[in-house]
Amino acid sequence: MHKLGLIVNPVAGIGGSVGLKGSDGLEIQRRARALGATPRAEERATLALAPLLPHSQAFTLLTYPGEMGENAARNAGFDPVVLGSITPGATTAGDTRRAAQELRAAGVDLLLFAGGDGSARDVAAAIGLSLPVIGIPTGVKMHSAVFAISPRAAGEMAVSFLFGRRRGLREAEVMDLDEESYRSGRVSPRLYGYLRVPVGERLMQNKKAPTPASEEVQMQAIAWDVVEQMQPGWRVILGPGSTMRAIAEHLGVPKTLVGVDVVENGQLIAADAGERELLACLADGRPAQIIVSLIGGQGFLFGRGNQQISPRVLRAVGRENILVVGAPSKLNALAGRPLLVDTGDPKTDAWLRGYLPIVTGYHERVIYRVA
Amino acid sequence: MSKSIASKPMPRRFHQARWDEPLIFELSQPGQRGVLPPAVDPGILAEVGNPAAALPDGLRRDQPPALPELSQVHVVRHYARLAQENLGADLNIDIGQGTCTMKHNPKVNDQLANSPKAVDVHPLQDDATMQGILEIHYRLQEILKEISGLDAVSLHPGAGSMAIYANVAMIRAYHEARGEGEQRDEVITTIFSHPSNGAAARTAGYKIITLYPDEDGYPDLDALKAAVSERTAALMITNPEDTGIFNPRIAEFVRVVHEAGGLCAYDQANANGILGITRAREAGFDLCHFNLHKTFGAPHGSGGPGAGASCVTAALEPFLPAPTVAYDGKRYFLDHDRPQSIGKVHPFFGVTPAILRSYAWIMNLGAAGLREVSEIAVLNNNYLLQKVLDIPGVSAPYARGKRRIEQVRYSWEELTRETGVHTEEIGYRMADFGAHYWTSHHPFVVPEPMTLEPTESYSRADLDEYVAMLRQIAEEAYADPEIIKTAPHNSTIHRVDPDWFDDPEQWAITWRAYRRKHLGNGE
Repeated sequence: MHKLGLIVNPVAGIGGSVGLKGSDGLEIQRRARALGATPRAEERATLALAPLLPHSQAFTLLTYPGEMGENAARNAGFDPVVLGSITPGATTAGDTRRAAQELRAAGVDLLLFAGGDGSARDVAAAIGLSLPVIGIPTGVKMHSAVFAISPRAAGEMAVSFLFGRRRGLREAEVMDLDEESYRSGRVSPRLYGYLRVPVGERLMQNKKAPTPASEEVQMQAIAWDVVEQMQPGWRVILGPGSTMRAIAEHLGVPKTLVGVDVVENGQLIAADAGERELLACLADGRPAQIIVSLIGGQGFLFGRGNQQISPRVLRAVGRENILVVGAPSKLNALAGRPLLVDTGDPKTDAWLRGYLPIVTGYHERVIYRVA
Repeated sequence: MSKSIASKPMPRRFHQARWDEPLIFELSQPGQRGVLPPAVDPGILAEVGNPAAALPDGLRRDQPPALPELSQVHVVRHYARLAQENLGADLNIDIGQGTCTMKHNPKVNDQLANSPKAVDVHPLQDDATMQGILEIHYRLQEILKEISGLDAVSLHPGAGSMAIYANVAMIRAYHEARGEGEQRDEVITTIFSHPSNGAAARTAGYKIITLYPDEDGYPDLDALKAAVSERTAALMITNPEDTGIFNPRIAEFVRVVHEAGGLCAYDQANANGILGITRAREAGFDLCHFNLHKTFGAPHGSGGPGAGASCVTAALEPFLPAPTVAYDGKRYFLDHDRPQSIGKVHPFFGVTPAILRSYAWIMNLGAAGLREVSEIAVLNNNYLLQKVLDIPGVSAPYARGKRRIEQVRYSWEELTRETGVHTEEIGYRMADFGAHYWTSHHPFVVPEPMTLEPTESYSRADLDEYVAMLRQIAEEAYADPEIIKTAPHNSTIHRVDPDWFDDPEQWAITWRAYRRKHLGNGE
């Protein structure tokens, strides 16, 4: 018998409908309610559960009390197992983290959570990569790549993961803006970690088509290509992400998942480097290369989760020595939108605009627009 | 007073046959026979001995093949039943197979291809004994020279993608002959070009660079300029692209690649919208290819023997596959004496049944008729575009508001977002109306895709009927999506779980594999 976990962050998205750009913190939630906002998380979680209902005999739904999942489950027609306790009307990030840990301890195979970037951060902090999750998109800020395209799609992915035969997983970025600075107009996003999410190809295509290689195989193919082209004596700055880790594994060096590392001649020379360490590595003027992947669901190249690779670092390396890597599925998810840069320096952003090559597989590249 | 005939609903009611027919292996009964071939005549035996003894040992089986044993009537009944459970171009309005739509090929062309004059010829016969067949090959080459504007044609490839591969091989041979083979190791294509371009070039060992559309949905000229270099071997591009969009700057694309020293290959697998209107020569291309099935009425490679044609300029003619079919003013012959040829990509010298059908199709139409084919195909497509865009939930992404050439890749993204119904489920529901709906749209860039191509074969009433099916399904999606989620209701097979196809422990392509993996009684 499968077990499915459900967490609803009842206040996720409450700030968005009244223009508050986020819902983190009790004070903002109080202001949102005062402005007439109504929570929509429960309704969206109910929508996500609909595709699972025909399978209700084949799995047990576990959740948290009342507004943190139980209500949505009952609205959708389930009779869930309810864990833990909450203070109704005053749930916090701590409740989300505790719920994620207790559901994991109860042995769920998959965790569905309804929320936004803040909730994704809480789930990642609580359970990390130890459990597959799917985000039901509910929040105001959704820079993280852990959300399905709609609540219903989240439910369909869960059906496919629990009852289908394809159970591929990938690591997806958990990103968040600092809401205080976001509200005051300054954008300061960070990469907080990764969650493991099912590969959602089924939603895009039918099996009569040639099946693309799995994400894992695509990453390996990209790593082969990149490593084959590395030149002796060059400093190679590797950005964050699982594709970068595949490249590092190919080189036989350790790699921090969220950090920026530097390798040379197959050796790690700086781990989790900040801007200062990167500039120090470049100080002797030897040739260098930057390799980065697209970060989050929005197609950011620089300025999201890799701020260490600052305008000064970029200038020191040179535009022609920037290599972008990314599986075709990441490009296709952009639906034709250009890649984005937001280094904090408008001149550097303008300098980066134009076209850059993206390694999409072994001996396969795409020339893509940066705006 | 006469009774009027009851009018038929639109879309029509349909129910497919279901025979619950076992596999032919399961029908096998030991000792049953369909045909008993006569023993070798004693006179022949006395004269030449046992003919089977003349076979080389390597071609003989130790054991007789484990074929099913059935009487003839059971074999006929079995396949007749399966045929009723099938859906083909003769039964349905087959326009849902965009990029691969079957146009109607007049039945008289099948008779020609099945005549003893065609089927009793063996490609290893002496040239002198098959002058008629070689003449038809030669004449079709001449016709395709005129249609493409290029200088030489080979009908040797056995399919469209094989013709693309032959073109890549010629591109490589050309650069090698100039001493640039090592240096020029990149081939450029676009994301909405026929995917065989990238695939064939990759198979030939090239690195692939793919361009995405620009902001207006057209192939991106600035991206091309950023991609070309002294490493560029060729641009391999389809026009119109699989979205049905014609690249208005195609001559500029060719100029940029030529200036970098690369060659340009024009994928005209689907030339349905451009016959007699635009040619590879005038656009400046060095090579092009046609799928005879796609444009000239022969069957698909996957639905019968296919055939492809490679067309090149004089500069590339020495590299054509060998043998070529040539004519010295008196007789037709196979020219094997081609020292710079890339050799063979396929056995023998061409797929004669497909070549015969295409030749007959073209000769029936004449030059003016070919242009009319394209004009009607484009008109049909734009009529269909207008009608389909009136259906709720459909859009035509890229180059919005512009006309398309011969096909359109639509998107049901809005319908999916609003109803949860996916394009593949629409395909299941289309089966309830007796219509086919293609679900392969590689690469999957357009969300929830649907590609329709009406060609010139289908009437306005046909197009209206197909649109009526799509409209009904869209309305059902908004009113009661469960109808679609549980479709098909009127088809032979309900649903197949495709996940099994991915599992090596479960998939079984042969009876032997099925017995081993599922019945546990293989060898």
